[in-house]
Formats: sequence, C-alpha cells, structure tokens
Amino acid sequence: MSALPRASELGLISCHVCGLVCRDAACEGMVCPRCGTSLHRRKTASFARTWALLIAAFILYIPANVLPIMRTASLGDVDDNTIISGVMELWAKGSPDLAVIVFTASILVPLTKFLVLSTLLISAKRRSQWARPQRARLYRLVEFVGYWSMLDVFVVALMTALVQFGFFSLVAPLPGVIYFGLTVVLTMLASMSFDPRLIWDDKGDDD
Amino acid sequence: MSAPSTVIDQPPSSGAASLLICEHCDTVYQRRPLARGETAHCARCHAVLERHHSLGTGAMLALVLTALVVFVEANVWPIVTFGLNGTDVSTTLWGMIATMWTEDAKVVSLLAAATLFFFPLVKILTLGWLLLFGRVGRRAPGFRALMVMLHYLQPWTMSEVFVLGVLVSIVKAHLYFDVIPDVGVFAYAVLVILITVFAGIDLRRLWDMVPEPHA
Ligand SMILES: [Zn+2]
Repeated sequence: MSALPRASELGLISCHVCGLVCRDAACEGMVCPRCGTSLHRRKTASFARTWALLIAAFILYIPANVLPIMRTASLGDVDDNTIISGVMELWAKGSPDLAVIVFTASILVPLTKFLVLSTLLISAKRRSQWARPQRARLYRLVEFVGYWSMLDVFVVALMTALVQFGFFSLVAPLPGVIYFGLTVVLTMLASMSFDPRLIWDDKGDDD
Repeated sequence: MSAPSTVIDQPPSSGAASLLICEHCDTVYQRRPLARGETAHCARCHAVLERHHSLGTGAMLALVLTALVVFVEANVWPIVTFGLNGTDVSTTLWGMIATMWTEDAKVVSLLAAATLFFFPLVKILTLGWLLLFGRVGRRAPGFRALMVMLHYLQPWTMSEVFVLGVLVSIVKAHLYFDVIPDVGVFAYAVLVILITVFAGIDLRRLWDMVPEPHA
C-alpha cells in the first residue's frame, strides 16, 4: 500500500474546487491557474473548524430534541410533538416503515455524524493507522447521508402549511424545529470542513 | 467496479492534465480512458476516482432543459390537497415557505426557500448557461466564476429530501384528514430522477470539455 505515491511526495497539489493537478510551489498564496481558488495541501484549519462546528451543532442538538417541534391542535386537544414523540406517533398510527425512515434521518444520522466525525478528528490528529480504509468509508457515508436529516424540518413546514386554512384544526411549528434545522446545517458544514486526506497522513507529513 | 488507473512512479515533466489525484487520500494516478460503464476506484481508500461518461454536452443540455420545465411545474402546481367536510385545500412549495414565515419560523422558511427553490433554480440555470455555450465548444461568459459557484452550491440542494418529506407528511396528515398527493409532487418525483442522473455526472469534466479560449 505504501507504494502508492501521494501528492505531497511528488510535489503535487490538487485544487479543492476544480480538481486540477498543480505543481506545489511550496509558498504562500498559490492559486489554481484554472479556477482561481487558493491552493492548500489540506483544507485550511480543518481540525479547528470541524471541532468548532461539531460542538456548536451538538449544543443546538439538545434543544432540537428536548423542545417540541410541532403543535397539533384538534377539537381543543393540544398535542406538542418532539422529534421522538412524532416518530412514535407515526409508528403507532401511521406507517411503521416511514417511522423507521424518520427515526433514521432525524435521530440516527445526526448522532452517527457526531460520533463518526469526533472519532475521525481524534484518530486523524493522532495520525493513527488503525482501520484507515474503514474510516475513509465512514467519512464518505457521513458526507452522503448528511442532508437527509432535513426530512423532519420539511415535514413540519409542510404540515403547517397544509393545516393553516382556518379549520378547527391547527398545526404550528414550535422552536425545536428551528434548532433542528440549524443542527443539520452545522453538521453539514462540519463534515465539509473535515479533510479526509488527514486520515492517511503519517507522522512527519505536515499540513 | 474495476481496477484503478495505473500508478505512476515519476512526476511527469509536463502535462499535469493526464494526472489524477484522489480527493479523499491524495494518491496520484495516471489517467487512463475508461470503458463504457466503468468506474475507477482509488486503490488506497476505494473512493470513486472517475466514471465513464456517455453523455455529451448536447445530451446534458437536453437533460437540464427538461429539469427546468419539471422544476417550474413542481413549483407552480400544488403538492398536496386535503379534503375536510367537502372542502378541498392545497398548498404549493411557496405556500409552505410563506406559512413558515408568518408562523415565526423564519429560519426554517429561509432554509426551505434556499434549498428547495433558489439553489436548485440557480443550479439548473447555471448549468443550462454553461452547456449552451459548451455545446458549440465555447466557454460561456463567467465560466470560471460559475463553475466555482456550482461546486459550492452542490451540497445545498435538497429536492430529493423534500419528496420524502411530502410522503411522510401525507401519512401524518392522514391521521386527521383525507389527503391526496397532487400533480406537484409527481413533478418533484420526476425532478428527483433527473437529479439522480446528474449526480452521476462529474460536472468538473466541463473544465476539460471546453478548452481555455487563449490556451
Ligand atoms: Zn483515495
């Protein structure tokens, strides 16, 4: 495996935006000749930025789950739903398979992102050689599934719009949904800030 | 699945365009032509390096124009209709965005407007503009800036998530009312298929397909 040449060993650098292979001039202020983006061997301040976004996302994730996200009022019967109680309602009265999808998108995916990104950050910082291909795969998975967490936010929005037409029943969004939307955006930004190349960097490679 | 491209041992003196660097682990490969339906994977981290492309700029432009028509329909037609005591009410995407705004969920309203309307629209229009010129082998005005913008816009379009959201909403609302999916949601479903086709296309190849004017 170590026989495969890496860009840094060959004095090459690839543009983060357009993918052009450039010669690494080893100086400050290199710019991609094709798209004009400034060139870096690794994403700028990847560890610090990813940690900051991840921690901010986690802080918002708490009110997102504790606070109710949607109110349904029907015949004087007021019912405030959190994400998890919405999933349980869907399981009990609606369709269990959709309940599983919503549970995966709004609970499992964000939690997995927190866990996976923290693991990646810690192991990459320590230049660990442990399970590199698996960690690389995990990162691609997290990047791919990330935005599906927006599912419940759209559901609340759509339900609200549907049931706002002056009938005796009413659906209204509650603050939890705002925190949840922001959590999704922040976790997406966090996974974008992480540079998967760091997984493969050995001691002695610098950024 | 297929074997990765040949590994190089010497940096070439010129012609960096024949090189390919894995975006996920920085491994350097020599580019080689791919057969139909073939995908090159990185030998180190197994990420996809390159896919074979059978669509030319003309075919891509046709796809983009179709997407534009479907997108307009998806936004003009109601998404869901529900009936209560003989009265039918329906909502469109913009009805949803406006409701969230007045319901003091402005953040959600902005997120929905951006990821379900503005970003997808900008993406479709930009691609159409680039391909319109690309089809005759020219770089569209603003090519460079637009390509960079497309790169950053890519992760922030969420139409496919929305379709699943409509499905969940229909089931949920069914607990209270008669709900029927409307034409708009079918337009969205078609849009998702088009998006999936586009997701398989690496838009960066436009850089190579359309040569630099002065190069
Ligand atoms: Zn790789």
